[in-house]
Amino acid sequence: MKKMDVLLNRNYEWSLYNRIRRNKACYLMLAPYFILFFLFTVLPVLSSIFLSFTTFNVLEPPVFTGWDNYIRLFLDDDIFKIAIKNTLVFAVITGPISYFMCLLFAWIINEFKPRVRSILTLIFYAPSISGNAYLVWNLILRGDRYGLLNGWLMDLNLITQPIVWMKTEKYVMLFLIIVQLWLSLGTGFLTFIAGLQTIDRSLYEAAAVDGVKNRWQELWYVTLPSMRPQLMFGAVMQITQSFAIADVSINLAGNPSVNYAGATIVTHLMDTGSIRYEMGYASAIATILFLLMVGTNKLAQRILRKVGE
Amino acid sequence: MKQKRIRKRLTHHSLNRSMAGNVMLFVFMGICGVFMAAPLVLIISNAFKPLDELFRYPPMLFPKNPSMDNFSDLVVLMSNSWVPLTRYILNTIIIVAGGTVGHVIIASMAAYPLAKRDFPGRKLLFNIVVLSIMFTWQVTQIPNYLIISKLGINNTYLALILPSFAFGLGLYLMKQFMEQLPDSMIESAVLDGAGEFRIYWSIIMPNVKPAWLTLAVLQFQQMWGNTGSTFLRNEELKPLQYSLQQIINGGPARQGAAAVVTLIIAAVPILFFILCQSNIIETMATSGMKD
Repeated sequence: MKKMDVLLNRNYEWSLYNRIRRNKACYLMLAPYFILFFLFTVLPVLSSIFLSFTTFNVLEPPVFTGWDNYIRLFLDDDIFKIAIKNTLVFAVITGPISYFMCLLFAWIINEFKPRVRSILTLIFYAPSISGNAYLVWNLILRGDRYGLLNGWLMDLNLITQPIVWMKTEKYVMLFLIIVQLWLSLGTGFLTFIAGLQTIDRSLYEAAAVDGVKNRWQELWYVTLPSMRPQLMFGAVMQITQSFAIADVSINLAGNPSVNYAGATIVTHLMDTGSIRYEMGYASAIATILFLLMVGTNKLAQRILRKVGE
Repeated sequence: MKQKRIRKRLTHHSLNRSMAGNVMLFVFMGICGVFMAAPLVLIISNAFKPLDELFRYPPMLFPKNPSMDNFSDLVVLMSNSWVPLTRYILNTIIIVAGGTVGHVIIASMAAYPLAKRDFPGRKLLFNIVVLSIMFTWQVTQIPNYLIISKLGINNTYLALILPSFAFGLGLYLMKQFMEQLPDSMIESAVLDGAGEFRIYWSIIMPNVKPAWLTLAVLQFQQMWGNTGSTFLRNEELKPLQYSLQQIINGGPARQGAAAVVTLIIAAVPILFFILCQSNIIETMATSGMKD
């Protein structure tokens, strides 16, 4: 084993310099990916944080202005207040609901035979990968009587006049959430499906001997604790996505939407960045979005570590 | 007696399953399945509706007189476009193939040392990648635009291809998948005197086929939906997705062709997923986060 450690450069008695030198080949293999990764992910995050303390219009060099952008965001920007409220509502509702939907559907699908299982997986996963197929909801939610929803509700005599769903403030968020949930069975869902299939069958048999009586107990005492790593990864996927809602809102409710009823942090970011060219201000919004996403993820990781403990 | 009963349960297919529960789950799945599938069914059936049925009151889910008119309309529209359709398709192939192949090779080459070797900085680098899957591209979009302009690759294919190489989720999934390969595989290769790169290319890569198919499919899903309009200004460089979106935005007269376009946009990634489904599920099984 000692010899193996030397061959694989795993000898921890060497000095740090020596270990780095002996692992030269590893660093060479990491280099192409990480150079691009630093260039297109790490550097942008850092420069976004830097730019958030400046005014910057791309043409002239950035001017340092301290906390001005953040003060303006939180004290003077009424649209940002709506945007942050909507984003939190989306995140608080679609995040957990989509997470439990992923888990619940994956769990039920796992009860079926393999053939049915793969068909069901496809049906539930398909919306999340079908590009802008969600535009079809525009036909369902159309404001005149040609809209499917209006058509059906009028047929059933539940309403007499067509309702302009996406231009009525009180309905905008509701339908955006429904469409978002329809789109949300993505990577996290697949992870749960896969995780459920890898659980050792003998655990269930042992649990039956130990007195686990029904499928619900089995889920809580056996299934969930043994797929904790997948639960944590799935949470990252669902949480991150629930904070980034924008395209659905822009394409279904318009941008700007009625009284900004569908505005989110990301739509506001696009507004200030690519329309008004206030890059410093937009960077401050991006930084807040970054902190919200990462912070919530870290918090969720902490909570999930306790599952089944 | 008790022993026997437990035995019977264990060998029986449905362990711990009540009939009532099964029926309940069946019905529940049925309702949810219809909700999930209905909009997709509408997309398919719209593509086959003649124009008068697309604008009909009361609206219907299924076409009465299905026709292929919309498809031929689309062909006519596309063949009259200023830039020939084949050019858009070629652009898409270059961008998607370039981004996918490059990403799979570069990401797996970095994933191998992260998964199987121990060197200073390994934990730190991987933790940064994990952090990167916790936020979305919107966070970095403004500086990214500036960086791409500074690199002088604005308005070239590279503006879309290069950033996609460094897709964080891909490296993460690949590394997690490689971790479950047995160490003995690498050890015996080392004893045979194989160098790092040889081990990666001829021992690791052939054994992680499910993972690279998954990376390719995920990368494809991302790149397929990109119209490229942020970076590509020349009409001849734009991908198929761009020209398809133009048709969707073309107003009521083009509704028929637009319905077909929506179907195509949705069908292509779904098709790729169907082809690779079992490989993707296999990869996702190892995707869990261990801390």
